Amino acid sequence: MPQYAVLIYERVPPEELPAEVMEAHGALPGRIAEAGGRTIAGLALAEPSTATSIRDGLLTDGPFIETKEVLGGIFMIEARDLDHALELAKMTPIVDGGVEVRPLIGFQVLEDS
Amino acid sequence: MLAASVRVTRDLDAAEESVQEAYVAALQAWSRDGVPARPGAWLTTVARRNALNAMARGRTLRAKLPLLIEPETTDMDEPNEIPAIPDDRLRLVFTCCHPALSREAQVALTLRLVCGVSTTDIAHAFLVAEPTLAARLTRAKKKIAAAGIPYVVPGPADLPSRLDPVLTVVHLLATTAHVAPTGDALVRVDLADRALDLARMLHALLPAEPEVAGLLALLLVHHARRATRTDADGRLALLEDQDRSAWDRAAIAQADALVVGALGAAPPGRFALQAAIAALHAQAASVEETDWPQILALYDELQRVWPAPVVALNRAVAVAMVDGPAAGLAEVEAIERAGELAGYRYLPSTKADLLRRLGRHEEAAEAYRNALALTENAAERAFLGERLA
Repeated sequence: MPQYAVLIYERVPPEELPAEVMEAHGALPGRIAEAGGRTIAGLALAEPSTATSIRDGLLTDGPFIETKEVLGGIFMIEARDLDHALELAKMTPIVDGGVEVRPLIGFQVLEDS
Repeated sequence: MLAASVRVTRDLDAAEESVQEAYVAALQAWSRDGVPARPGAWLTTVARRNALNAMARGRTLRAKLPLLIEPETTDMDEPNEIPAIPDDRLRLVFTCCHPALSREAQVALTLRLVCGVSTTDIAHAFLVAEPTLAARLTRAKKKIAAAGIPYVVPGPADLPSRLDPVLTVVHLLATTAHVAPTGDALVRVDLADRALDLARMLHALLPAEPEVAGLLALLLVHHARRATRTDADGRLALLEDQDRSAWDRAAIAQADALVVGALGAAPPGRFALQAAIAALHAQAASVEETDWPQILALYDELQRVWPAPVVALNRAVAVAMVDGPAAGLAEVEAIERAGELAGYRYLPSTKADLLRRLGRHEEAAEAYRNALALTENAAERAFLGERLA
């Protein structure tokens, strides 16, 4: 099945997300599986003030692009097609923001050998 | 025929090339053996087989040559064509109008792939440079393939939300034709015909959908009045001056029947309501005899389901007819203050007309000048110019 990245954008920083939202995130892979998709992997990012950006060798404190809604996490799913991927992505618990759904060209986890 | 190939390849470019190869093969075979009894079916079968072969070889085809879409009006269309064809056309329309594509991509794709309009003509109609439009089409097709937009007719649960962009695109085609924004012709007839054909096709394929019936009714009324929108010299004719006897009464009658069905939905949708308003105008013997109170009531309903500022402006015209120009002007000024119709030429032109009727000629003149500054259509400019004098 085709693979998609779902990018989570929130105005609320990750450590301020209420407990029930965190629980809903935890339950998401199960709901996605029930709807005929599959969660392959997920990344939860620490809040943007902890980021360091590098451009042309110069360091900046903070994210690469300053946005009001910050990238909080990315998860990778398998879905039948875009309509299915969008249906699954809509299940993502969001407090104040939204998601972006983008097709994956490739996804690989490199194992320690 | 393109639609049938797309069903096989799921890749619009590959489908285009299969169709093209089918035509080439047809020319060779038919000059040798004569035209077969059902040429349309022959072409479709060949195109499908080509598509399957292409996929089997795993080629990715990029068609540089102009797309040879079978025009809808050629003799090759058989009435008893392979039954799958109408479904394929519906699939193609819904794919071209997928909400994941931008409105301009939806419009360009629909015109190119469903209506078979050339890239050049689409570029002219929407005042875009041809390479820009070609790039827009390429990006859209790429998105369909890369993002995996499925080639399906949406299921019943999704149909209402998926239908809205389709109807909006077809309506956009008709209204772009209705008053061409620049250039000399007030009505660009070709796009209007395409839009009407599309609406007819949609209604034939989705007879139970009230908004589809509503759209068709609306376009039929526009079509019925087309002959009289400009006078013999191509100048804009006011509704009150149009020769109503020249309106296509058969089309209006068809529209009336459709409107009754379309208003059956609860609540009635925006196309059904717009069609009802257009039908009321068309039924009246003159502007004075038009049922303006009912039109105003319909606009109130329309605003509820479609709270767009353009609707408010049209409603203000109805208010003026029912409660007098001062009341209408108050509505228009409120819309103006809200600022959402800033570049829209019909706002100052409406305001100008109301001011004129109130005898406030200096302010009217200024409003007409504002409208003139926003209008590039020659027939409209001539009309506004005359009003100024």
